[in-house]
Amino acid sequence: MFDIAIIGAGVAGSFIARELSRYQLDVLLLDGESDVGNQITMANSAIVHAGYDAPSYKKKGQFSSTGNVMYEKTCKDLDVPFKRTGSLVVAHSAHEMMTIHDLYKNGLKNGTPNLRIIYEDELHEMEPNLNPEACGALYAGDAGLVSPFEIAVKATENAINNGVTLKLDTLVQDIKNNDGSFTLKTTTGDYEAKFVVNAAGVYADDIYNMVGDPYFKLLARRGVYFIFDKEIGNIVNNVIFPCPTKNGKGILVSPTVHGNILIGPDAMPVKKGEICTTQDRLDYVKANALKNVPSLDFRKIIRSYAGTRNTAVKADFTTTDGDFIIEESPVKGFVNFAGYESPGLTSAPASTYYVVEEVIVPMLEREGYTVKVNENFNPVNKRHVYFDQLSEEEKMEIIKENPKYGKVICRCETITEGEILDVIHRSAGATTVKGVKKRCRAGMGRCQGGFCQPRVVEILAREMDCRLDEVMYDKKTDAYMLNGKTKSVEEDA
Amino acid sequence: MIYNVVILGGGPAGLAAAVAAKKEGAENVLILERDRELGGILNQCIHNGFGLHTFGEQLTGPEYAERYINEVVQLKIPYELNTMVLDLEDHGELKIIHAINEEKGYFPIETESVILTMGCRERTAGAIGIPGYRPAGVYTAGAAQRFMNMEGYMAGKEAVILGSGDIGLIMARRMTLEGAHVQAVCEIMPHSNGLVRNVVQCLDDYDIPLKLSHTISFIHGKDRVEGVTVMKVDKETLKPIPGTEEFIKCDTLLLSVGLIPENEITRKAEVAIDGKTNGPVVGELRQTNMPGVFACGNVVQVHDLVDFVSEESVLAGEGAAKYIKGELDTEINFDTKNGDGISYVVPQHVALKNVEDSITFYMRVRKVFPNHTVKAYLNGEVIAKKNAPKFLPAEMVNFKIKRSLLEKYPNGEITFIVEEKPEKKIKL
Repeated sequence: MFDIAIIGAGVAGSFIARELSRYQLDVLLLDGESDVGNQITMANSAIVHAGYDAPSYKKKGQFSSTGNVMYEKTCKDLDVPFKRTGSLVVAHSAHEMMTIHDLYKNGLKNGTPNLRIIYEDELHEMEPNLNPEACGALYAGDAGLVSPFEIAVKATENAINNGVTLKLDTLVQDIKNNDGSFTLKTTTGDYEAKFVVNAAGVYADDIYNMVGDPYFKLLARRGVYFIFDKEIGNIVNNVIFPCPTKNGKGILVSPTVHGNILIGPDAMPVKKGEICTTQDRLDYVKANALKNVPSLDFRKIIRSYAGTRNTAVKADFTTTDGDFIIEESPVKGFVNFAGYESPGLTSAPASTYYVVEEVIVPMLEREGYTVKVNENFNPVNKRHVYFDQLSEEEKMEIIKENPKYGKVICRCETITEGEILDVIHRSAGATTVKGVKKRCRAGMGRCQGGFCQPRVVEILAREMDCRLDEVMYDKKTDAYMLNGKTKSVEEDA
Repeated sequence: MIYNVVILGGGPAGLAAAVAAKKEGAENVLILERDRELGGILNQCIHNGFGLHTFGEQLTGPEYAERYINEVVQLKIPYELNTMVLDLEDHGELKIIHAINEEKGYFPIETESVILTMGCRERTAGAIGIPGYRPAGVYTAGAAQRFMNMEGYMAGKEAVILGSGDIGLIMARRMTLEGAHVQAVCEIMPHSNGLVRNVVQCLDDYDIPLKLSHTISFIHGKDRVEGVTVMKVDKETLKPIPGTEEFIKCDTLLLSVGLIPENEITRKAEVAIDGKTNGPVVGELRQTNMPGVFACGNVVQVHDLVDFVSEESVLAGEGAAKYIKGELDTEINFDTKNGDGISYVVPQHVALKNVEDSITFYMRVRKVFPNHTVKAYLNGEVIAKKNAPKFLPAEMVNFKIKRSLLEKYPNGEITFIVEEKPEKKIKL
């Protein structure tokens, strides 16, 4: 019997697990996917927003402002790259400048620091490749960039190091409320926990409906993105947003924390799990990105993909409140952490601290628990070596220490075998080709794994002591890479 | 120790360049290879058809590589395997190469000259942006070739191939021979991008349909490929024509949609690049604009036959040897230009004093040209012509011009143009 089971190991679930590991509690983190951070976390804009846009009366407004401030320390402890680049919401007309002023005022209410309105000259000096017609912008100096899946992986790793149990490929199919505990019926068997935290992303409503009467519904809205070659990585310096409309933040053009350029997303209502790209939506994103950055060269695209947002709608399905749902649900002992859409990544450090300190711990104490602090809690992860970013001396030193850092596997991103072995053997380590890619970027470059994928498969097979065709790209059940030995090899054998 | 010539890449280009440099008098030559053996991509090309021009016989890729590797060994040219070059620094007469490997760690190599022979890589699904899902089972033809020929594992059982580049055609046959079923090869252009002999020997002989003017408009399957939607495209705009959708069930999609010279090091070192070839701008002996830096093979232009890679690499090897002996002339007499119907020309300029007997210009035509002539214009005058029954984009045009001919002309620009042959008058 676990004290608490967390359903869903995305950014939300992994951060909650880590926050809970500060206490002496038996925590189970489970996910239906074959890796942590594999759904909403895997495909989004990867921006730590400055916190000016969500209304201050909403949780979104409060947590995004605070979350942004907490990012530095969180990323330092977890050892995840984080860059404060700044963001610009760009206006093309006097009418749009009014929206800019409204955003500015809201930012002041949220306590967003480093916020100011800038005009033509300064704007174009800051961003020489911006559309010359842009007349002004809201500049937010504290907006930042982070890799969402890397931070989810590292938060899970830290949670595991502090005592949390992780179960992957464990899809919750039903939940039984035993009045005082819950039985989670999953694809890997039954798990019992006194309390449940539901952080199941776009499926959080389905999970809740297993124990309670529906009171919210999640709508999946898909967004498609493009990633550009690092070669054009400096075409913009800040995250460039168009002026927002009632449909959302619009198509942004942004650097990524690793030096690529990202454009997207659109917002298309879809069925859950429908994360395909379509030609018309891809074209739409391209056309809109050009409005702010007309010189984008689409021949430098190296990848397109799609992700989902999950927008909460009230249960009568008519009105939308649009805020995060973070509360103990009407079912006693069952906490919902749902409707966790943008600015969810930004809010994660603050919202998960809140749910643990203000919702879960009081709930446990109410139920007679004495919640003791975990004296051994260590917030700091083992250092992750990014070989490419080391100085000459450091490179020399690390190869001397471990020669595997002298063998480059991914040419495009200069990722060494040392780094790949490291991410395989950490807690919450990689077990799939995509898992390796997420953690250390082998295959993320311009050749998209053309050269390194066969080598990564070899390394995984060797480290996991299995055949090459047992190595999976992603999901353990179906995402196989190879299909048995070739006829000529079989005949030789 | 300061090397005379260091070669970045131990594939066909690097091997031929090393041998030529050594034979032409470069004492200390070193080959740096990032993979675990010399030979480069030839190692996974186990089909035959290599070497007809160079050796007059049909060899497999590894056999072709072996001939050069044997020479490298005989000439006692040292090489480092599993070695990655991170940077190339130009200090005038001295170049410093920053390399790493497991044994030596991080080590700088000093050399008088460098030959860039990094080859090319394949265009990917990401680059061409096929809509749909992103499942396992979408491979570049070369990656599938490595899995099958080097590791002995099947990439899949039911395949569709997008693009009719030579590796795609070769893989269509390879997969069929290994028991997989190749449903179709789809090519967006109205003509094949591979050699005619490969279309015949790899598709026709195995009844694999080549769907010209077709593309893939959607990839199905969340975890593993479950099928693709194939559509006919408009021949002019190359856009899919609505209503022509056809679903083909398959578990694998191979891509053979073009090759891109790998010039990361070249760009970082600020060597001038030709936007048309995506390779460095080179002269007749494959000298780049950075004195002492040469380039040859697929890093300069994507070749269709390895024989021509070897041929070009001999020039670079000789050039580097001349350079270190101070015999390389730097006065440029002619620039070259791609005129109508030609997409690029290599070399981009010529210093005539470095040319021995004749010079070969390599170029590609933009589309299929039956009954045409490629003409070389110099200062408005046709100085040479080349005829062929048909010029194909898939087949590089080799246009040889004698030094003695060029010597008759003042310095200028040589423009290559495809022109229609005048209709023959039939005498009655």
